[in-house]
Amino acid sequence: MKGVLATDKRGVRELGAEELVGWDEVTHGVVLNSFDLEVENPAFSRPEERPYSDFNSYTATVASWRVIKPVYNRDICIDCQNCWVWCPDTSIISRDKQMLGIDYDHCKGCGVCVEVCPTNPKSLLMFGEAEDPEAALAQWPEKKKKAKK
Amino acid sequence: MAEKMELQEVEVWDGNYAAAQALRQAQVDVVAAYPITPSTPIVETYGAFVANGYIDGEYVMVESEHAAMSGCVGAAAAGGRVATATSSQGFALMVEVLYQASGMRLPIVLTVVNRALASPLNVRGDHGDMYLGRDSGWIQLDAFNAQEAYDLTLMAFKIGEDINVRLPVMVHQDGFVTSHTAQNIHPLSDDEAYAFIGDYKPVEEMLDFSKPVTYGAQTEEDWHYEHKAKQHRALMDSTVVIDRVFEAFEKKTGRRYNRLETYMMEDAEVAVLALGSTVETSIVAAKQLREEEGLKVGVIAPRCFRPFPFEELREVLAGVKCVAALDRSCPMGAMGTLYNETCGALATIPAEQRPLVTNFIYGLGGRDFSVEEAKRIMREQKGHADVGHITTHIQQFSGLRGPKLGFFESKRS
Repeated sequence: MKGVLATDKRGVRELGAEELVGWDEVTHGVVLNSFDLEVENPAFSRPEERPYSDFNSYTATVASWRVIKPVYNRDICIDCQNCWVWCPDTSIISRDKQMLGIDYDHCKGCGVCVEVCPTNPKSLLMFGEAEDPEAALAQWPEKKKKAKK
Repeated sequence: MAEKMELQEVEVWDGNYAAAQALRQAQVDVVAAYPITPSTPIVETYGAFVANGYIDGEYVMVESEHAAMSGCVGAAAAGGRVATATSSQGFALMVEVLYQASGMRLPIVLTVVNRALASPLNVRGDHGDMYLGRDSGWIQLDAFNAQEAYDLTLMAFKIGEDINVRLPVMVHQDGFVTSHTAQNIHPLSDDEAYAFIGDYKPVEEMLDFSKPVTYGAQTEEDWHYEHKAKQHRALMDSTVVIDRVFEAFEKKTGRRYNRLETYMMEDAEVAVLALGSTVETSIVAAKQLREEEGLKVGVIAPRCFRPFPFEELREVLAGVKCVAALDRSCPMGAMGTLYNETCGALATIPAEQRPLVTNFIYGLGGRDFSVEEAKRIMREQKGHADVGHITTHIQQFSGLRGPKLGFFESKRS
């Protein structure tokens, strides 16, 4: 989902790829600034609009940590926001209560989103990291019938 | 607004009460505290000040000293003036967070009433806790009496909060001998004291929402070393600000402080180097020896234990014939800290100018250190000076029952 806006700095570098500087240039008290500039009321702006600094994890990608990934199926999703609420890495991208997809720069493949998805079949499923998303969608399971009582 | 307290020109306060009054006058924003003997009356008194309307700040009772210092770190990172008090085991429990506070450059003030470390459990004064803090990255100031505990606690805020320092500061005083002994104190008025310290100026505070910051970041081999080096540099350079604050305080009160205090050292042939209430005992002993026996004895005392006044010590010791470093903490497998620092300072001057250096371990767990024992040690140093070498073990135990205990001897050829 990189580039929700053209200025989006999400995942523009590998984690740990910051420029190394000497002791005289490191920050005071190991303080890391989130933004390069001051932002009035950052809580009322969207992440892609904020001037994140190179020391904020937003600009780093940890995609390489993942071995399995969630794939999202828009056709089944009911936009309940369960996955958005539960994701431990704020990697579900949702706007105006509508699910847009997954932030693969920060998703670590934990599978919580799949676990909490209430639809039948699920709107999110885990696949191998190398799996092509189109191929994954093509093999989506059918709706399960309720067992007869 | 907090009520002001009317103080007499001379008050009768013990060291604990003096420290609590200084904290009140500093109008600390947050005190997170857990009581422990012998520093309990500091936070107890402070709590009473809060309850009686003399303090606007928050007073947070927590479940341990680790939590107390953690609360202080959080409040300081949020952007407030912060302080607490502790001793001994409580200090030991704080240690993990002491390193966090200094690494984050949070100017917290910790009043430490020195007490022995268990085991065996002991509530009396020695310097085991003070020495435990010596590598923690805090400035450590040492008060030898209650007046100094008051003065240094006020100055600790001004030193630590200086924009060029931004480091936490400990103010030490001896358990019971200083903390529980009432003495005449000349306090500043509330207005004078607060004006001397000034308003707190937050730096990179977490409650500035327009500029969010992360405190307590993880850094591995790529960043950690540079941050520690920068912190060490700040601690070393803090001497400039400490001297400046000492000068400003002298202008205000007439009371002079130095990072290395010296007494009768102008013509001293032998000297003792000590910390805490032992300094005053040693001064009495030295004066008596000068009057009664004509011995030229002086006393040296680091007011500032960290950063250690190496250059000043080297200067004052050049020309002295023998110096005894008195350590009120058992070094457990090494020489005492004051001995080590003294030798470190002296190693940088020509051998013929170096005094002989001996080390006494004394006063552990509150064992009394008497004027007579101080005089005995001073006479013994004079003996070493006269023959030109150390005739005893270099490290000895003073005031210990049982057979003489000593370690390490001079190698003379």
